[in-house]
Amino acid sequence: MNGKRSAAAFAAGLLFAAGLIISGMTQPANVVGFLDFFGDWKPALAFVMAGAVGVYASLYPIVLKRRVPLFAPAFDLPDATGVDARLIVGSAAFGAGWGLGGFCPGPALVALGSGAAEAGVFAAAMGAGVLLHHLAFQSGAPGGEGHNACG
Amino acid sequence: MPIEFLRALAGGALIGSAGILLLAADGKIAGISGMLGGLLRTRTSLNGWRYAFLAGLAAGGTAFKLAGFSFFAPLPGRSTGALLAAGLLVGFGTQVGSGCTSGHGVCGLGRLSGRSLAATLTFIAAGALTVAAIRAFGGAV
Repeated sequence: MNGKRSAAAFAAGLLFAAGLIISGMTQPANVVGFLDFFGDWKPALAFVMAGAVGVYASLYPIVLKRRVPLFAPAFDLPDATGVDARLIVGSAAFGAGWGLGGFCPGPALVALGSGAAEAGVFAAAMGAGVLLHHLAFQSGAPGGEGHNACG
Repeated sequence: MPIEFLRALAGGALIGSAGILLLAADGKIAGISGMLGGLLRTRTSLNGWRYAFLAGLAAGGTAFKLAGFSFFAPLPGRSTGALLAAGLLVGFGTQVGSGCTSGHGVCGLGRLSGRSLAATLTFIAAGALTVAAIRAFGGAV
């Protein structure tokens, strides 16, 4: 059963990578171009989000009609609600890094897989940032699936 | 519609489909920064799906590269120091803010989460201000 779970996750990762590549989002110039509202604005990223959110929002309620996922005992969905300072401050820091390097985590890992040295530099620092946060705020032994950080 | 926008829309639909696949099969949100953080705070035996998804992402890059596609060119005028600073901000910021473009921008918005909408508007605004600042100081965009 864990084999099926991992195989499905690997396939989802592959499909996600194909989507990022086809949409042009592995090109930092397209990301920075979208963020360049006061310069030479490139709107492609808005179409990527429209396509991705459109599909996800349409199928999400249909998937959740099942009581359980295909290969796992339960759905693991974020339960946090409400906007707090952490959410805003963290997202602002992420956005600043996104604009500076033209990478967010997914495209960086896809570009890393293609052997791009710049993606390696970025991904190493990104890993260090994740680790620093962990050491600063989440000391202690690794546990079970607690709160889901994303979403 | 220009072909570039159709590609963006089609690629986006694939990204959304990948998120739905992970949800339907494993019951998980396809948030990439959340997976990176989860690797550190979760027991190894529960991390198989995270390693598998992240490996799939990188393998996709390898496969398209081997197939002869060109899909990455470094930004002009970004020093190694700038890339390192960018990586640290993205790594640390996504952990504090509980998500990135995939978790908040795709899955969160797709779930109609108000938190994710606030996060997405914030990181787009911060990114736009950063790019504007780079322009203002004479950097390449």
